[in-house]
Amino acid sequence: MRDLDEIVEEAEKLFNAIENADELEQAKARYLGKSGELTELLKGLGKLPAEKRPEAGSRINQTKNRLEVLLKDRRSSLQEKKLGEKLKEESLDVTLPGRGYGKGGLHPVTQTLIRIEALFRSIGYEVASGPEIENDFFNFTALNIPENHPARAMHDTFYVENGDLLRTHTSPVQIHFMLENKPPFKLIAPGRVYRCDSDVTHTPMFHQVEGLWIDEQANFAALKGILANFMENFFEREDLQVRFRPSFFPFTEPSAEMDISCVKCNGKGCRICGHTGWLEVLGCGMVHPNVLKHVNIDSEHYTGFAFGLGVERLAMLRYGVGDLRLFFENDLRFLRQFN
Amino acid sequence: MKFSENWLRTFVNPDYSGEELAHALTMAGLEVESYEPVAASFEKVVVAEVLKVEKHPEADRLNVCQVNVAKHAEEPLQIVCGAPNVRPGIKVPCAMIGAQLPGMTIKKAKLRGVSSSGMLCSERELGISESADGLLILPDDATAGQDFREYYALNDKVFTLKLTPNRADCLGVYGVAREISAITGTALKQMQIEAVPAEIQDKLEMHISVPEACPLYCGRIVRDVNLAVETPLWMKQRLERSGLRSINAVVDITNYVLLETGQPMHAFDLAKLDGAITVRYANADEKIKLLNDSEISLTPDMLLIADDRKPLALAGIMGGLDSGVALSSKDIFLECAFFAPDVIAGKSFTLGFSSDSAHRFERGVDFSATGSIMEYATRLILSVCGGKAGPVVEAKKQLPQRQPVVVRTERVRRVLGVFLTVEQISEFFERLQFVFTEIDGVFSVTPPSYRFDLAIEEDFIEELARIYGYDSIPAQQPKIESVMLPEREDLLTPAALKHMLVLRDYQEVVNYAFVDQSWENDLLQNKTPIVLKNPIASHMGVMRSSLIGGLMANLQFNLNRRQDRVRLFEMGGCFENDASGNYRQIDRLAGLGYGFAHPEQWGESSRLIDFFDVKSDIEMLFQAREIEFKTGVHPAFHPGKSARIMVEQNAAGWLGELHPHWQKKFDLPKPVILFELTLGALLPRSLPYAHEISKYPPVRRDIAVIVDNEINVQTLLAALQENKPEMVTEIALFDMYRGKSVDENKKSLAFKIMLQDVEKTLTDEDVDKTIVQLLDVLEQKFGAILRA
Repeated sequence: MRDLDEIVEEAEKLFNAIENADELEQAKARYLGKSGELTELLKGLGKLPAEKRPEAGSRINQTKNRLEVLLKDRRSSLQEKKLGEKLKEESLDVTLPGRGYGKGGLHPVTQTLIRIEALFRSIGYEVASGPEIENDFFNFTALNIPENHPARAMHDTFYVENGDLLRTHTSPVQIHFMLENKPPFKLIAPGRVYRCDSDVTHTPMFHQVEGLWIDEQANFAALKGILANFMENFFEREDLQVRFRPSFFPFTEPSAEMDISCVKCNGKGCRICGHTGWLEVLGCGMVHPNVLKHVNIDSEHYTGFAFGLGVERLAMLRYGVGDLRLFFENDLRFLRQFN
Repeated sequence: MKFSENWLRTFVNPDYSGEELAHALTMAGLEVESYEPVAASFEKVVVAEVLKVEKHPEADRLNVCQVNVAKHAEEPLQIVCGAPNVRPGIKVPCAMIGAQLPGMTIKKAKLRGVSSSGMLCSERELGISESADGLLILPDDATAGQDFREYYALNDKVFTLKLTPNRADCLGVYGVAREISAITGTALKQMQIEAVPAEIQDKLEMHISVPEACPLYCGRIVRDVNLAVETPLWMKQRLERSGLRSINAVVDITNYVLLETGQPMHAFDLAKLDGAITVRYANADEKIKLLNDSEISLTPDMLLIADDRKPLALAGIMGGLDSGVALSSKDIFLECAFFAPDVIAGKSFTLGFSSDSAHRFERGVDFSATGSIMEYATRLILSVCGGKAGPVVEAKKQLPQRQPVVVRTERVRRVLGVFLTVEQISEFFERLQFVFTEIDGVFSVTPPSYRFDLAIEEDFIEELARIYGYDSIPAQQPKIESVMLPEREDLLTPAALKHMLVLRDYQEVVNYAFVDQSWENDLLQNKTPIVLKNPIASHMGVMRSSLIGGLMANLQFNLNRRQDRVRLFEMGGCFENDASGNYRQIDRLAGLGYGFAHPEQWGESSRLIDFFDVKSDIEMLFQAREIEFKTGVHPAFHPGKSARIMVEQNAAGWLGELHPHWQKKFDLPKPVILFELTLGALLPRSLPYAHEISKYPPVRRDIAVIVDNEINVQTLLAALQENKPEMVTEIALFDMYRGKSVDENKKSLAFKIMLQDVEKTLTDEDVDKTIVQLLDVLEQKFGAILRA
């Protein structure tokens, strides 16, 4: 009979040299199969004298167990190896682009409008809207612009067949809103407006946001405070300088033009600000008592302020757009820059 | 309004630099558009007298000149000159050796072998004007050797003001000076005007038939006027610096008076007038040829100056060509009048031209100064052109009234949000030269005759704010009540819809609302679009009734720029003429898809976008709401590939493929999928309400049936939904098949049926019974046959 340790040693060598699960099972049979070496040894126990049998039997069984352990270890190491190979085979180039949809984008004017609306909503201004084809009353008369007033000539109005017109500003929304609601109120009215003018710095359609606050405590100092605060937040510049200059709008009195320090050169003077250091950004003022009279609001009891800002102008300054006309060309190469 | 700084400073001369003055004007509401020197900053340019001119021996176009520069050289200088207008005896500016002119330095030089010690100059070379015909020939009073800058008053700058229409009082240099006096608190030098006594007694009779349109008219004859005289250099310079060219001495003087005082005047050639002067409205059949050479047909709302036979001038707007003064005129009739702003307003705009006179009269001219300005102008004419003046004939009726306005200190403080004292307010009114009284902080202020923009308390509050300084008013954050704004959950915002489309790979565009009429007429079969009376271009002549035309144009534009996959959307107003002739605005959301369904990529095979790709985008927009797609015919769409979209039985829009005919017309190689939805239909959303989730296991059963081809799936699904027992939680189509093993005019539809009960586990029996029930519906309503 061979030395049992020798068998274990030999089997271990054999198992470890095997790289395939089937072969391993065949090798197992060599020792533990029906006519395997250890099985034969167990069968031969009967030939031993009775007193030697238990010890020999136990030794053989121990050896058998040792072989089982070796087998199990080898099996699992083969399995692991196989899994490793499989995983390796399955591995991806994780740098390949993702599959499926692309993504579109919002027009920069929309992005600007969303921003303006969010800022004003945060201080309680609701968003109102009105029709783009207006009549003379809402666009002019109710706003204290009588017929033949020189201010009408400044407006370059588009007229439609029946004598109505395309609104030249978002101010008529003020009138609609004030006729339909009771003060106090705070609102902004974003929308498209039209002027019969087209050159490098004018497009026949553009966007405005009208703002209105009618209250017992609305005054010019508050107008300055709110608009300065808006500009600082819109441009996210705490150091933004603002100034207010007297101006003229028939629907406000006093009226003002608001300038901000140039966001490009910080007021030093550059091409964007025409070397003045200042950018004209909006018109505003205290609502003219005649306007309040048209909508049956007592101007002794209520005061109010209004402002109107050009959305494209703010978008150009915020996003560095050099030519107004680009907004309406709808060239995807331009628009995708804002996505 | 454009004028010389030196001119302005003859009336008010505050201790401000020009830049400081410009800033002060801007901050007071008189925006300074530009402030620029009248000439380049050169020196060493003197007046030279040309003594001798000889042809250059080597060059035809050059002359060799000897010029006298007096003290600047011991002998006459020899200068080679190429100007065609050089001749002996003239006086011209001469740049001496070492002079720095714009873009050049003058050095001693040899020109074709002849030495030259300086340069005789034109206006262009000195930076006085953009172009020049030759040398600047100076008047006789120039003295050789005199510094040219000084002689030509070039140490001057020009202000250009961008005035708002309410500030007509600043349409004259004196008015601007008056304003500066108020802003800076510096004294104003009043204009010195003395009446001219009549030397002759000739006068014209005057009839003012419409005193409300012309409450004041002054006329005067001046005889023996010499228009051929040269306008004085100082006057010409001031005119030029205001952008006016010299015409003749009398016209120059009336223009000068207009620029200085803001009062338009007119001079008629007396010889061209027949009889009396009448101010009246035009008759319908009258015509006049104006000074700008335009012949206009008059309308009865136009005010005229006429004589006994014919219209002479469009009152306050422009004189007539035939009656105006010319070099040959000898006797003139001067007009200085006040026309009511309402009568003049808008007329020149309607006629399509502007004039300095109309610009002022329609905004308002100082009616208290009319007579004295007539005297001022007469004096200038007599001193420049000579002549004998007749008496001023004045026709005066009811002039505009200036009623005192109450201005309450309390109101001033409330509107401005700043505490102005009664003393401050008094001081500001004084600086503005307003006449006022004050009792207990309540002012009564009378607007001056030159201000047409001060009628109510707020107008004066603005004046106070201007003088106090808008910048001095503090910026304050108002304290406001903390009431929240309503936040509606049952309505989507337009922005939310836009975001959804962005995530679905659509790019937003914004198009003009006016479009080419052919888009409306042909593409959309809209024969009655809303037409613009004054379109900016013929291809933008009508209002769009749909966003589709704009999207198609955007597609073409981008395809021409080598984009091959285009997905766009726009949200905006569309406009329709309804049956009763009223206009309706309907806000819409439209989209377009062209090219591959997905961006070209490695992991997905390319496939063109189709109807159902876009349909899923629309279903996404409507979220959980039930929408119906009905076959329908849209003029722009493929008749077999278009659907009308219904929401709760209301038409909500269209989805379809562009008609092949249009695809060809637009020259597009691939099909275009388009949709257009009414915004109003997209916004409502029902508030979610949670139901119990069953603890019992769900059961899935699939059924496949064969139906006629024409039967549409939506109707079939709707019938199943309507007739299903409660335990059926979902019915969905998962396969549609036509072809082998299905008859030609039939199709096979496979549905997934999910069943679940909230109270028990379903038995096979329950399920079978339900499925039979559903199959019955299909059989009875649609003749469906269960597929084996």
